Amino acid sequence: MRLHEYQSKQIFAQNGIPIPRGRVASTAATAKEIAEELGGRVVIKAQVLVGGRGKAGGIRLARTPAEAEELATQILGMQIKGLPVRRVLVDEAAAITSELYLAVTNDRSARRPVMVASAEGGVEIEQVAHDTPEKIVRVLVDPLLGLREYQAREIASRIGVPRDHWKTFVQIARGLYQAYAACDATLAEINPLVITDDQRLIALDGKMVLDDNALFRHQDLAELRDIDEEAPEEVEARKYGLSYVAMDGDIGCMVNGAGLAMATMDIIKFSGGKPANFLDIGGGAGSDKVAAALRIILSDPGVHAILFNIFGGITRCDEVARGILAALETVKSPVPMVVRLVGTNEAEGRRLLAGAKMVTAATLGEAARKAVELAAHRAA
Amino acid sequence: MSILVNKNTNVVVQGITGHEGLFHTEQMLVYGTRIVAGVRPGKGGEWVISGKVPIFDTMSSAVEATGADCSIIFVPARAAPDAILEAADAGIALVVCITEGVPVQDMMRVGKYLEEKKVRLIGPNSPGLLTPGECKVGIIPGHVARPGNVGVVSRSGTLTYEVIHALTQRGIGQSTCVGMGGDPVHGLGFLETLELFEEDPHTDKIVLIGEIGGNDEERAAEFIADRLTKPVVAFIAGQTAPPGKRMGHAGAIVEGGTGTAAEKIKALEAAGARVARHPEEIADLLAGL
Repeated sequence: MRLHEYQSKQIFAQNGIPIPRGRVASTAATAKEIAEELGGRVVIKAQVLVGGRGKAGGIRLARTPAEAEELATQILGMQIKGLPVRRVLVDEAAAITSELYLAVTNDRSARRPVMVASAEGGVEIEQVAHDTPEKIVRVLVDPLLGLREYQAREIASRIGVPRDHWKTFVQIARGLYQAYAACDATLAEINPLVITDDQRLIALDGKMVLDDNALFRHQDLAELRDIDEEAPEEVEARKYGLSYVAMDGDIGCMVNGAGLAMATMDIIKFSGGKPANFLDIGGGAGSDKVAAALRIILSDPGVHAILFNIFGGITRCDEVARGILAALETVKSPVPMVVRLVGTNEAEGRRLLAGAKMVTAATLGEAARKAVELAAHRAA
Repeated sequence: MSILVNKNTNVVVQGITGHEGLFHTEQMLVYGTRIVAGVRPGKGGEWVISGKVPIFDTMSSAVEATGADCSIIFVPARAAPDAILEAADAGIALVVCITEGVPVQDMMRVGKYLEEKKVRLIGPNSPGLLTPGECKVGIIPGHVARPGNVGVVSRSGTLTYEVIHALTQRGIGQSTCVGMGGDPVHGLGFLETLELFEEDPHTDKIVLIGEIGGNDEERAAEFIADRLTKPVVAFIAGQTAPPGKRMGHAGAIVEGGTGTAAEKIKALEAAGARVARHPEEIADLLAGL
């Protein structure tokens, strides 16, 4: 789960990291008021959960409160990568001497948290890592000990932070690690961390991504989820314990297990078709779950056929078959459906579905070929 | 023959009284696994499954009384880190964690602690281990497998069943099937598993099933090129997955341009592995080796 910039920076501030003065506004009038309060120049920043806000014109500098109002009006009327801007952050503008990058994330292969820092802040860190990998400093952290002062000092030294700022930098780095650990984040990032003309260090921008699996112990953070920023189908899917990702093809898929769901999409493509979605129904598959999955798949008007691929293990094929039948009583599918059931109780599952108007297949390859043919036929 | 588990493995089930724990304990018993104990705090002294399996309150008492050397975990996600640590402290040599949804920072802390212990962890979010005809410690449907000389190692769950099933249908049996688990931070990885298969005299060929996210497959490719003498057939799920979108569980995501199927396939092919384009092609490639 991603947090907005303003939410991330509030958490940073709670952990002793200096952030610009500023507040969030959902109307241009409020943006103007905040600009008046702050005095001087302000930055108006669109709060949407996608990258590339600056390039899209979602971050603008205002010299006066009147200009702040005008720019906020523009930005609040924008869509960035399809997402309407509902809020702007109004921050005091900083006079910047230099921009750094500082983050903590999970290093999967080292199985440790890793601090990532660079003197090249303010740009896409992936680009820096790609073009000039020597400018990126990585320091692994012992998850039982946390980030130690000497490690933070070492980072400061290696990315060339002037000595005068080491003490503050250490405080910021440790604050960032603390925020990451306390929130069960998978990423806590300051980009840029700036040194201002008047020799202050400030986290100008902030980003946090939280571990969905840990939200059970962070009720306060879970409530920050901005469902306006997510595709409605994905929100609906989560409600039923499904995971769904929309794609641009025409064959809807309903599969149990993420790996198998991806492999099913792959074989559809290999068979000459295009998957319309990724959908993992997870373990167990009662009729309400299957019905929800079916509704979500059919809400995409581009779907010309549906492929059910169920490999029974914990999930039993007869249970899924009953789920499909019950779902079809409430949700009528206008498109042809191909079903392939294998594993626990497969014979019973197939028997149950024999009466339904569905095309059956014995293997994954056969199921994919049939779905591709049917979709092509219907599209034609 | 096999790796990790065989007919002499003595298994204790952590969380044996839960819905899944009980169901799969029965399945494992039917398969022939030696389930010697279960653990459920507060129910020590009781028996489950028609009096076949004794319950203990703690892992240490279960291990002391039964000599169990392997544990399987079915407890809820919030209790799983504790269950792993309890097993390790009780002297268990092999811990298989089926539980999914364990917070990743918990797993980093647990992993660090386990480094000091002589214990192997499989998972979490793993379908477990299966040595066909001998022992099942996990939830892989036993009937899809048959004994043979192909070692299978995978990051997936049901996709692993699919691949095992496809092999069996073609008359290709398996030595041991290892489900490493799909989480970003997990125990036993491709490298250790490949090393075990390399040393196992009864494994002649290896099937490696990877998926998008992380760089486990790239590191496995290096190992295949440098150390492995046995032939490998691989499949990588998620060739059609878009970047930045999590495909189901937390491990499967293409982030910052890395972890794509294309990169993994390239690395594996460069290392000399044959890479199948879809799961059913795995058997064809194996037959050609």
